[in-house]
Amino acid sequence: MLLILCPHCGPRNADEFSFGGELVPRPGPDPGPEAWRNYLYTKENLAGWEGEQWFHLSGCRRFLEVERHTITNEIRSVRDVTEDTA
Amino acid sequence: MTTRGPIARYSAFSLIKQSLTGQRWSRVWRHHDLQPSYDVVIVGGGVHGLATAYYLARNHGITNVAVIEKSYLGSGGSGRNTAIVRSNYLTPEGSAFYDRSIKLYEHLADELNFNVMFEQRGHMTLAHSDSSLRTMHWRAEVNKMAGIDSDVIGPPDIKRLAPAIDVSNRPRYPILGALWHPPGGIVRHDAVVWGYARAADRLGVHIHQQTEVTAIDVTAGAVTGVQTSGGRISTPVVVNCTAGWSSLVSALAGVRLPITTRPLQAAVTEPVQPILNPVVVSGSLHVYLSQTARGELVFGASVDPFSSYSARGSLEFAEGLAGHVLELMPSLSKMRLLRQWSGLCDMTPDFGPIIGMTPVAGFYVDVGWGTYGFKAAPVAGEQTAQLLATGVVPDLIAPFSLDRFGRGDLTAEKGAAAVGH
Ligand SMILES: Cc1cc2nc3c(=O)[nH]c(=O)nc-3n(C[C@H](O)[C@H](O)[C@H](O)COP(=O)(O)OP(=O)(O)OC[C@H]3O[C@@H](n4cnc5c(N)ncnc54)[C@H](O)[C@@H]3O)c2cc1C
Ligand SMILES: [Zn+2]
Repeated sequence: MLLILCPHCGPRNADEFSFGGELVPRPGPDPGPEAWRNYLYTKENLAGWEGEQWFHLSGCRRFLEVERHTITNEIRSVRDVTEDTA
Repeated sequence: MTTRGPIARYSAFSLIKQSLTGQRWSRVWRHHDLQPSYDVVIVGGGVHGLATAYYLARNHGITNVAVIEKSYLGSGGSGRNTAIVRSNYLTPEGSAFYDRSIKLYEHLADELNFNVMFEQRGHMTLAHSDSSLRTMHWRAEVNKMAGIDSDVIGPPDIKRLAPAIDVSNRPRYPILGALWHPPGGIVRHDAVVWGYARAADRLGVHIHQQTEVTAIDVTAGAVTGVQTSGGRISTPVVVNCTAGWSSLVSALAGVRLPITTRPLQAAVTEPVQPILNPVVVSGSLHVYLSQTARGELVFGASVDPFSSYSARGSLEFAEGLAGHVLELMPSLSKMRLLRQWSGLCDMTPDFGPIIGMTPVAGFYVDVGWGTYGFKAAPVAGEQTAQLLATGVVPDLIAPFSLDRFGRGDLTAEKGAAAVGH
């Protein structure tokens, strides 16, 4: 079981969330099809700390940015995407 | 040090003699020292790496080949899968490709002189709704066009082929029909790994276990060698056959892949009398099952809900699985689960593999095998070997090139691969 500490709802089972995958920087306004396809498909798929998007589907229904270690599944930070990073 | 000892041919006579005399069995494959150079280095000692090595040697006479495995042979998905073999995929390119694999499996035991226990008991995919029944009809027609034995059957035939399934008119998940694929079945997965390893070894391939590839040397856009935990090897050709780890190994050569690594879990029960002959899959219930020759029921499901390199089992999986299996076969309610495990799967966006060249000359991939790569090992090994030997991309694997993502020319196999593997 994986517990995610939702900033709005507290610690919840990962089952309640939908996993949005690793965060990939969005291309600029007019980057051409190649850059968009890279953005869509190519992944780092890191073994280590990864920035990810999770959606609290059966909770507050907010999009969260989560830092998770993909080998140990340890989570070291969770924040609402609309919050500014300090 | 090279452990030599003859790798003898197996026969009924040799097995009887061996068991009566109680001699030690000879080694199935040998140990060699790492050579400073090889013509081809294959990274990953799973069924794909070993099959590729075998076909390079057997079909093309290329034997100065090393298979480099960081752990033991079959420690990845190859020793953890649920061993389902079938070819009733949704796309013409998918079904033609997997059909070739079944054909190779049918003669594999003879060819490798190793009993891989391929049992063609039939593969049944249940439809619980009108729309899924429609998809089954579509798949059956695509399959028939490719000459593959595949048809839609109704509840009476389902009952006849698998009496333990509850086909009564229940409110939840009624069974309206099924896609029935007689040539599908199960194979002894470890035997396929060991059989390829032994046959490749006999032809001169070097197998290096407990050796990890830690870097890939690329000069002027071309591979020149690999660094391993056992030393450097110079080579003009590296083939990445590392499935769940393939993004990491490709990154060593500076190649990025459209792959995410997801754990997939499975479980077995205690062994019982034969109660289930075919392989049964329910996409809507996210579950499939079969019974091994030893009598255990083997269960599987879809991949875990998030990516990870940790092959851990979860309670959520066992709970969900039990509920769904009982929905299909209520008579199993007293069965006990013996074991549950997990393996890493290299998922692609279109549920198709990635086979062939990359932007780095001499760096090839045979990856993206997701949850369905076991059945593909013979054809993928055969075709990858042909590509390496001739430099020409064979027709059967052309649709699965890495550059299809850049061209937006994806395959569309999700409908037939997400749960059924
Ligand atoms: C639970 C489960 C059920 C499945 N069920 C089915 C099924 O029913 N039918 C089906 O067709 N498929 C199934 N699959 C998928 C199938 O098992 C895989 O697609 C297939 O085994 C992949 O084989 P492979 O040889 O490419 O990779 P693997 O067997 O995973 O081998 C990759 C190897 O690479 C090694 N490696 C990684 N990094 C390095 C490095 N840096 N240096 C050296 N070695 C390295 C690893 O140790 C590993 O042994 C299932 C998978 C799982 C996990
Ligand atoms: Zn929440």
